Amino acid sequence: MYRYLLHRLLMMVPLLIGITLISFTVIHLAPGEPTDMQTQMNPQAGSDLQAKLHKQYGLDKPLPEQYLLWLGRLVRLDFGESFAQDNRPVLDKIAERLPVTILLNLLSLAVILAIALPLGVISAVRRNSFFDRATTVLVFVGFAMPSFWLALLLMDWLGVRLGVLPVSGLKSLGYEYMNLSSQLFDRISHLILPVFIAALGGLAGFSRYMRSTMLDVIRQDYIMTARAKGLSERVVIYKHALRNALLPVITILGLSVPGLIGGSVIFETIFAIPGMGKLFYDGVMMRDYPLIMGVLVIGAVLTLVGNLLADLSYALADPRIRNSE
Amino acid sequence: MVVQRKSFWVQVVWGQLKHNRMALFGGLIVLLMFLFAGLASLLPGDPAAIDIKQALLAPGGSHLLGTDDLGRDVLLRMLYGARISLLVGFVAVGISTLLGILVGALAGFYGGWVDALVMRFVDIMLCFPTFFLILAVIAFLQPSIWNIMIVIGITSWMGVARLVRAEFLSLREREFVLAARAVGASDLRLIFRHMLPNALSPVLVSATLGIAGAILTESALSFLGIGVQPPTPSWGNMLIAGKQTLGYAWWLSVFPGLAILVTVLGYNLLGEGVRDALDPRLKD
Repeated sequence: MYRYLLHRLLMMVPLLIGITLISFTVIHLAPGEPTDMQTQMNPQAGSDLQAKLHKQYGLDKPLPEQYLLWLGRLVRLDFGESFAQDNRPVLDKIAERLPVTILLNLLSLAVILAIALPLGVISAVRRNSFFDRATTVLVFVGFAMPSFWLALLLMDWLGVRLGVLPVSGLKSLGYEYMNLSSQLFDRISHLILPVFIAALGGLAGFSRYMRSTMLDVIRQDYIMTARAKGLSERVVIYKHALRNALLPVITILGLSVPGLIGGSVIFETIFAIPGMGKLFYDGVMMRDYPLIMGVLVIGAVLTLVGNLLADLSYALADPRIRNSE
Repeated sequence: MVVQRKSFWVQVVWGQLKHNRMALFGGLIVLLMFLFAGLASLLPGDPAAIDIKQALLAPGGSHLLGTDDLGRDVLLRMLYGARISLLVGFVAVGISTLLGILVGALAGFYGGWVDALVMRFVDIMLCFPTFFLILAVIAFLQPSIWNIMIVIGITSWMGVARLVRAEFLSLREREFVLAARAVGASDLRLIFRHMLPNALSPVLVSATLGIAGAILTESALSFLGIGVQPPTPSWGNMLIAGKQTLGYAWWLSVFPGLAILVTVLGYNLLGEGVRDALDPRLKD
């Protein structure tokens, strides 16, 4: 197990270097200058300001040297300072937004698993039943749903017309003056819509996936054996089949990380949630180079970590892999 | 060879597909969308014609789906929007499929260190949340319709590359390929004439699903204000323009959203249907 872990960690090193290289290249190959916002779009800026800013940010050096300097600072966890008005360290800005995004994604993953797994299992067990057909239709509709559109309609309906749910932010204005239970209620009511919207796409994908792995497992010989030796259908399905069908789900969980993080741009913008997606969107609009590169790197590293965790859990859950080394 | 492939598609794939009601429904939607997009230029009326006196008319009457805040006919704009959405879908997927085929064929055909290097690159690209990459690039280019198609294309080829590589790795050792190699076919001929045609089925499925994805991505970009720019109507930017008036002119947001939903559904159903037809083992 430790050797496996070590091997996996070592494999991540070239990937990490590649991630930084692509993050850097994407930004620097794009036309335009990072200082445009402060010079060309600022009527008060003189022509010497651009040169001064270039020197200040190290943009006058050749690209490979800039990359190596940036990489050298990254290794020491120095992501540079934001180009935005506040000039704060990029890492601080990301660090205060990241927990919000991770919390929302974990909550929506929990919702996805809690709903999609039973749906998939029941669909597989009662294949071609009315329930199965109805879920299949719902799954396809869920797949095709533009989530921000649904979000807009739900905000209008539940938030504006019925007034039962708040439509933006993470807490109400008078949050500080509430007692503990209303604070909790306030938090939860703010989270319902964003978590539901974030979960929607995954919900469809996971239940479909769960259904097909479950169908695969049910066809296996050991399930026939279990039935043949007279076990009840409950034990066969929930003890023998389900545990094996859950294994591939672990891998898919790991693979779903980039999609969830990418999607956070959309729902954090809709619901005005101060998370990493919104930070990235604002940074992109401001051409905040250090911030954009920083979030790209962090987003990709989160994916790597997600995949690593998925593979480790898989190894822990599957004795064939656990005991192979 | 060609005759054989045709009969394969007609007999095997169509034979399976015609019993699959959901796939047929999807195919019907896709056909209808093409029809609507073609219909746009045949209809009288200008989608950009502004008529303030006719602004914000509810659906019904002479404007079947109502008018927007500038008095433009929503139905007409949606028909033109269908063209834009289909164009974005097809061109973006064309680019990603082409890139994916080239990269996948390169890795799968040559194997060894070429394969290792190329696939590591694919792994790295897959680490990035795609939407982050698209956003980062689009923001630095002008959000024109061509830039959007190109950016969606160059950030979504990795899946196709993996498919093609896997197919090529197994085709490489097949007898007809070995035979062609033995009679001295060049690498290019082996790749494009002998192997690629046999590796295209899964690519076709992923392209069909990819069109659905590209249409959704464009609408999401429109939502963020960096998609297809008005006054060119796309379903995405129409939907967003209707956001402010949702309270009293619901039709401006609801119809374009429904159009996206139905079209994406159509491509997904068709794609899944073809996948099942190509590989009955997957069918449940």
